[in-house]
Amino acid sequence: MNRMNTTPDIEQRLWEYIDGISTADEKSVIEQLLKTDAEWKAKYKTLMEIQSLLKSSELDAPSMRFTQNVMDEISKLHIAPAAKKYINQKIIWGIGFFFIALILGFLIFGLSQMDFSTAQPSGISKEIKGFDISRFFSNSWVNALMMVNILLGLILFDNYLNTKKRKFRKES
Amino acid sequence: MSTGLNDTEIINQVVGGNQQAYALLVNRYQEYVFTLVLRIVKNREDAEEVSQDVFIKAYKNLNSFRGDSKFSTWLYTIVNNTGISFLRKRKLEIYSLDNEAVFERADNIDSGVRANVIEQKSKQAMVNEAIAQLSREDALAITLFYKAEQSLEEMAKAMGIETNAAKVRLHRARTRLKSKMENHFSQEIKDLN
Repeated sequence: MNRMNTTPDIEQRLWEYIDGISTADEKSVIEQLLKTDAEWKAKYKTLMEIQSLLKSSELDAPSMRFTQNVMDEISKLHIAPAAKKYINQKIIWGIGFFFIALILGFLIFGLSQMDFSTAQPSGISKEIKGFDISRFFSNSWVNALMMVNILLGLILFDNYLNTKKRKFRKES
Repeated sequence: MSTGLNDTEIINQVVGGNQQAYALLVNRYQEYVFTLVLRIVKNREDAEEVSQDVFIKAYKNLNSFRGDSKFSTWLYTIVNNTGISFLRKRKLEIYSLDNEAVFERADNIDSGVRANVIEQKSKQAMVNEAIAQLSREDALAITLFYKAEQSLEEMAKAMGIETNAAKVRLHRARTRLKSKMENHFSQEIKDLN
């Protein structure tokens, strides 16, 4: 052990001893020094007094209304930390699947109504001209469903853009 | 408010939508946060305001708490960032580690406060006053180790430094604190003994 016995060195070694992070060898050396060396003993006493003062000191307390003030501020926040967890993801997927199935159903039904037997180069334009779109969208229920679909699509698109925006803010 | 729930359980509840559960965390950590903030801003009124901001920021970012460190360690990073931002906004002087101004300021300690310390003859007040005279880094190291009872490893993690660096910082902080107490409160210490 080739350590100098300067005051800072003594203090550092003593603090390590007090904190319990000295090695076993160092610990026994210090314990021996504390028995035999008056300077070490005096320093140890001083440091222990400081240690005791620091350990006995308590944390400062804010005002009595602190928690209430924080909770009041938090209640104003519209975006709860886990808003997406309020909504069951299975329900969202279910609704999505339903509308996708609905759209596919309409498409298949529409396509099945078309007469492909007359499909000739000149016949295609005739069929297109003769294609009456009102046949498929004349029902008011169908129109309402399509409107709901468009609305849901817009809401999903808005959510997607919001997520992108939040991600961008976090990164910046 | 006492509760058997640990931090992670409370956080899961809050993240799951139980906003009121957050009050448990605020109650549990308000003194820890307030004391650390007070070490940075050195004024109770400002400390109260900044501490509130800390809890609001923590709430907003609770989703990003991954639980790979203690909640108090995570909270400390918010305390430090919020405290420093506050000082910057207020254009207050930020004392650096080796800034001699800290010691000059300590020499010019407000006589009213000192008289108060003597009058109270309180060891607690004396220690707090001595800590308040330290630089921000020193005061935070002492507070984390003794008042928040964090280990050197936890301190290092919170401060974003190596464990050895945390040990050195703590040692330096204690040496400076001892010096402050000897220089400014030697008479009071004698009176108390």
